[in-house]
Amino acid sequence: MIHSLFLINASGDIFLEKHWKSVVSRSVCDYFFEAQERATEPENVPPVIPTPHHYLISVLRHRIYFVAVIQSEVPPLFVIEFLHRVVDTFQDYFGVCTEAAIKDNVVVVYELLEEMLDNGFPLATESNILKELIKPPTILRTMVNTITGSTNVGEQLPTGQLSVVPWRRTGVKYTNNEAYFDVVEEIDAIIDKSGSTITAEIQGVIDACVKLTGMPDLTLSFMNPRLLDDVSFHPCVRFKRWEAERILSFIPPDGNFRLLSYHVSSQNLVAIPVYVKHNITFREGSSQGRFDLTLGPKQTMGKSVESVLVSSQLPRGVLNANLNPSQGTYTFDPVTKMLSWEVGKINPQKLPSLKGTMSLQAGASKPDENPTINIQLKIQQMAISGLKVNRLDMYGEKYKPFKGIKYMTKAGKFQVRT
Amino acid sequence: MTDSKYFTTTKKGEIFELKAELNSDKKEKKKEAVKKVIASMTVGKDVSALFPDVVNCMQTDNLELKKLVYLYLMNYAKSQPDMAIMAVNTFVKDCEDPNPLIRALAVRTMGCIRVDKITEYLCEPLRKCLKDEDPYVRKTAAVCVAKLHDINAQLVEDQGFLDTLKDLISDSNPMVVANAVAALSEIAESHPNSNLLDLNPQTINKLLTALNECTEWGQIFILDCLANYTPRDDRESQSICERVTPRLSHANSAVVLSAVKVLMKFMEMLPKDLDYYGTLLKKLAPPLVTLLSAEPELQYVALRNINLIVQRRPEILKHEMKVFFVKYNDPIYVKLEKLDIMIRLASQANIAQVLAELKEYATEVDVDFVRKAVRAIGRCAIKVEQSAERCVSTLLDLIQTKVNYVVQEAIVVIKDIFRKYPNKYESVIATLCENLDSLDEPEARAAMIWIVGEYAERIDNADELLESFLEGFHDESTQVQLQLLTAIVKLFLKKPTETQELVQQVLSLATQDSDNPDLRDRGYIYWRLLSTDPVAAKEVVLAEKPLISEETDLIEPTLLEELICHIGTLASVYHKPPSAFVEGSRGVQHKRLAGSSGSGESVESPDTGSAAGVSEAPPAVIPSQGDLLGDLLNLDLTPTTTGPPPPASTGMQMGAMDLLGGGLDSLMGDESEPPPIPLRTDTPQSPQLPHQSPSPPDYSPTELGGDLGGSPAMGAPFGAPPATMPASFNAPVSGGLDDLFDLAGGVGMPMGAYNPPKTLWLPAMKAKGLEISGTFVRRAGVIQMEMTLNNKAMSVMSDFAIQFNRNSFGLAPAGPLQILTPLSPNQSIEAALPLSTVGPVMKMEPLNNLQVAVKNNIDVFYFSCQYPISMLFVEDGKMERQVFLATWKDIPNDNESQFQIKDCHLNSDAASNKLQGSNIFTIAKRTVEGQDMLYQSMKLTNGIWVLAELRVQMGNPNYTISLKCRAPEVSQCVFQNYEMVLKN
Repeated sequence: MIHSLFLINASGDIFLEKHWKSVVSRSVCDYFFEAQERATEPENVPPVIPTPHHYLISVLRHRIYFVAVIQSEVPPLFVIEFLHRVVDTFQDYFGVCTEAAIKDNVVVVYELLEEMLDNGFPLATESNILKELIKPPTILRTMVNTITGSTNVGEQLPTGQLSVVPWRRTGVKYTNNEAYFDVVEEIDAIIDKSGSTITAEIQGVIDACVKLTGMPDLTLSFMNPRLLDDVSFHPCVRFKRWEAERILSFIPPDGNFRLLSYHVSSQNLVAIPVYVKHNITFREGSSQGRFDLTLGPKQTMGKSVESVLVSSQLPRGVLNANLNPSQGTYTFDPVTKMLSWEVGKINPQKLPSLKGTMSLQAGASKPDENPTINIQLKIQQMAISGLKVNRLDMYGEKYKPFKGIKYMTKAGKFQVRT
Repeated sequence: MTDSKYFTTTKKGEIFELKAELNSDKKEKKKEAVKKVIASMTVGKDVSALFPDVVNCMQTDNLELKKLVYLYLMNYAKSQPDMAIMAVNTFVKDCEDPNPLIRALAVRTMGCIRVDKITEYLCEPLRKCLKDEDPYVRKTAAVCVAKLHDINAQLVEDQGFLDTLKDLISDSNPMVVANAVAALSEIAESHPNSNLLDLNPQTINKLLTALNECTEWGQIFILDCLANYTPRDDRESQSICERVTPRLSHANSAVVLSAVKVLMKFMEMLPKDLDYYGTLLKKLAPPLVTLLSAEPELQYVALRNINLIVQRRPEILKHEMKVFFVKYNDPIYVKLEKLDIMIRLASQANIAQVLAELKEYATEVDVDFVRKAVRAIGRCAIKVEQSAERCVSTLLDLIQTKVNYVVQEAIVVIKDIFRKYPNKYESVIATLCENLDSLDEPEARAAMIWIVGEYAERIDNADELLESFLEGFHDESTQVQLQLLTAIVKLFLKKPTETQELVQQVLSLATQDSDNPDLRDRGYIYWRLLSTDPVAAKEVVLAEKPLISEETDLIEPTLLEELICHIGTLASVYHKPPSAFVEGSRGVQHKRLAGSSGSGESVESPDTGSAAGVSEAPPAVIPSQGDLLGDLLNLDLTPTTTGPPPPASTGMQMGAMDLLGGGLDSLMGDESEPPPIPLRTDTPQSPQLPHQSPSPPDYSPTELGGDLGGSPAMGAPFGAPPATMPASFNAPVSGGLDDLFDLAGGVGMPMGAYNPPKTLWLPAMKAKGLEISGTFVRRAGVIQMEMTLNNKAMSVMSDFAIQFNRNSFGLAPAGPLQILTPLSPNQSIEAALPLSTVGPVMKMEPLNNLQVAVKNNIDVFYFSCQYPISMLFVEDGKMERQVFLATWKDIPNDNESQFQIKDCHLNSDAASNKLQGSNIFTIAKRTVEGQDMLYQSMKLTNGIWVLAELRVQMGNPNYTISLKCRAPEVSQCVFQNYEMVLKN
């Protein structure tokens, strides 16, 4: 099982270590540093690194490497999932997961890590349970604690840990009972030079914020559940009911949680919300290149495309870019060669464009590679797959909750090749 | 107010101050002080001096303070075991607390204190907690058993905790079940043969019930445990599959992959025509695709496993090609894996798409990735015949880009395409030749030279081209040199008139001016071949070569089956059997897929196919090392031998052959005699897998098979005269044999191996202050080089590394030199380096000479040392009596050598005992006229047997020893070893 954990910052310092079994010397991280040196980019460090006596499994989040040390055969995904859970928990507790935040809360961090693993076995990873065991630090609580001498460690046995619904604690009370669901979809797509779609798929999630008194039992049904043939559920969802009736039936955790994530595969037709007209050329023998980019809405079902951000890694030979945006602002970083253009909202009447010239470094030959254009965007009030919630019902409690559903589409890894 | 304030106190009297605060009356102050102590501890400061003071704070009803003290205890108890005892009472008391949270916390913490003395006190509370009324406590206690087992396994067994743990599998609470399974699995790993997790239909049913209700982590443990079960029939298999399938929709990817493992394994049991089988196949695809939308680290592990799954069941993902298309900002490790899977999924239906993608990738920035993409195009051409033409034209397009590394890579793969489709695409040769000058990588140069040689008759200026390469012959890498040699010989055979000078030039370069044995040998073979029988030479060198196959990198089927059983584990990430690399899993049993019949036998002999002669050689496979040499031997034997072909495994130990009396020739001479039974044992039983065999990198597999085969010049010294029995064997068989083999009583307990004392290998004067002395030992079958490194310089030494030159028995370090801490002046350190015998082989003089290079931060130093040959005597070197007799007879008398061992005062039994410690086994003892004769055998790591007859005369301190071995060179070393062992 998981033996030890080291946190390493961007400059390669180990700033926290935790051992769940015997102590493993820090020097084991040397193998990690070696691999880090070999990797050109920080994210290229391989996630599993063998050493003579241990294996190092790492994830990179928020510019911190979380390096787990294992000694025997352990499923690597298990370790990676757990590390993600650690990151999520830190973020949940401290708002951000940075070196500073972790150092500021080092005692809480230790208490958390101690609760999350026992002898390398996961113990309590549910945010609800952890929060009952160790209360998250807030300014108010710290002050109260200082004055009254009480602690941020829960005195009670966390009830959820034993019940059949470990994700929910008993005795939840709210004056305003509300349940909100966000359907968020991300499009991953690769568009080729000519504008046709090579691959496109949708990663969707339904995130919920449920603040309901008591033990409510919810059901959520869809207009078109057929879309959801590849789903991953929160443990609270009753799988049998879904198999039989295509209805989500569950006792929700208290607070924020991800109810399900789904994947609309490349075999379905995926609507592409924007198109890009581009012309990025370099001429042989010339030190100038042309850059011409125009964006337009495509299949948006009448909704407007907002928060558009275009970025592209220009070839290494490019010295500078002198461009003129019809709207928004652009920046070009001459060191990383990263061009980014904050477009904002796309107005279908007046399409945004970015035109101008690029200058090559003196003596540089015509670049071989074609830059890829990355697009980020948002479309409110629409799930691009067409998924729609039919109704939400509550059983088991008497009151009438306030219910709300929001849809949003974003671009995930949306790439246009030139 | 944040915790960072605890880090700021760096004043001198810090410990003192903390001590005062810890002993303060004020609760608040106490707690703050403990927090400061913990903060110091986390950043690695030593606060162990505060142990008693912190432990005093333990008896508190403040839960947070208690937890903090527990944290401290776990960290420092090991270094202060006596002090830790002070804490025991509090633990025992806490284990009876009315609050289950405290009970659980206490039992949990106690398990983490890895101090032997404490574990004894832990047993009673633990026993109570395992039967606690509260499941939370039981579940914590279950894990505690695993902890305790880690510290003191015997204690856990004696106390019967294992049985209690097994009972917990039937617990009513799913969490307790999951933890019990997890604990048992962990314990079972160190007890490979114990029946800890005895799975039967009842327990399986309980596990499946718990599976639905426990946490995600518990589900992983249970699924991994289920995967070890073998269902009785297909109905049970199906019902388990049905109950596991819902886990494919879990949000936790580790649960999903463990479920995939169970399904992939149990699916083997299902009949393929079953409807459910098809349904299951369909259900497996979406979760695998979903894994690819997760974070890159998860993707990587998923991709490595998908790579296995598509090899085993390509139908699952055959429609999902697009999800493996590479995004430009994927990390490189994800890109490379995706590319590999794309080729595995490539088929006629999707090849157009795949090629378009690959071409796109070939213009990316990342050089490694571009290379792999170009190579992938070549693999597509070989895999999907219909696409070959399109692939070739794509490659030509890429060559036109003139990007150097793209061109080189393209030429390498075009060579492979030629080998798959000969006489089809030669029209492109002209284009290739245009790029000759830009090739600067050995592999590309070698490929180009191969093409020129192979198609010399169609290239007008082939001789000029090859001549231009010849100019810098000695600066080329071996790979290129070998290719050049072969190509010119081919050219000569095709156009003998114009190229005579050229071929002579290259032969003399290869044989006279080169000190590379591979090159030299190949040169001589060609030379002899050309000078004795040019017609035969033509037949040999220009022989039709076997076509190469589509998939050269498929995982070998038995390994694949085993890996499928380990989906989701480290083994599946590394594509190596679990026994191969994880330290903890010693002696893991090999798991096999059930139901798949027919492949069961092949586990011991993965290369049985290679024993087949050339006539029935697998028609379309790039021969692996083993195959090649197998073929080679067979080819030579076909004209002369009447016996069965030698086991192909001989080929695995290519290196050893040189030792077997004068290289290849005499080896073949031996083999071609009607092989009696013992000969079989003479050839090494190669336990290694092919990929571990010492593969001489210089032999290009594309060439050897065609070029060397059938050489009539070899195998000249055939048929050694039949050996006679040693005199003593001529005694009347009846009585003689009886007492000959009646020695069991005489041999007592073998003594331990004699290990020579350390000798000085590298004097400090020669190595800028580094002094190394050492010796070799063999313990439990592992050869170790034990060294004492002494720093006699004024500065600190670090970054030690070690390397061996090629040597007679392929000794090589099995791992890096483990000297982690720098060596300060006047400090010395002991290092033990395990050795393997699979390194490159070169005959040394003397045979047991080993040249070593040691590097540190200062310089590299060289020294040579001699190892006692008994290091190489393996533990199973005891020959059967009959085999011994036959072998003795069979080895020619010329190979016998006699030595005298003087001044040895042991009796024969003592000697026999002593020798057995060094793996020299006495097979029989005979007494004739007051003279004891010991018949002994030993086997070297490379499979050479040495037989010995040791004569001991009562009252005569001089022993006579006769050694017989097929490789007489070793005799001298063996004799020296006898002398050394017997005299010490």
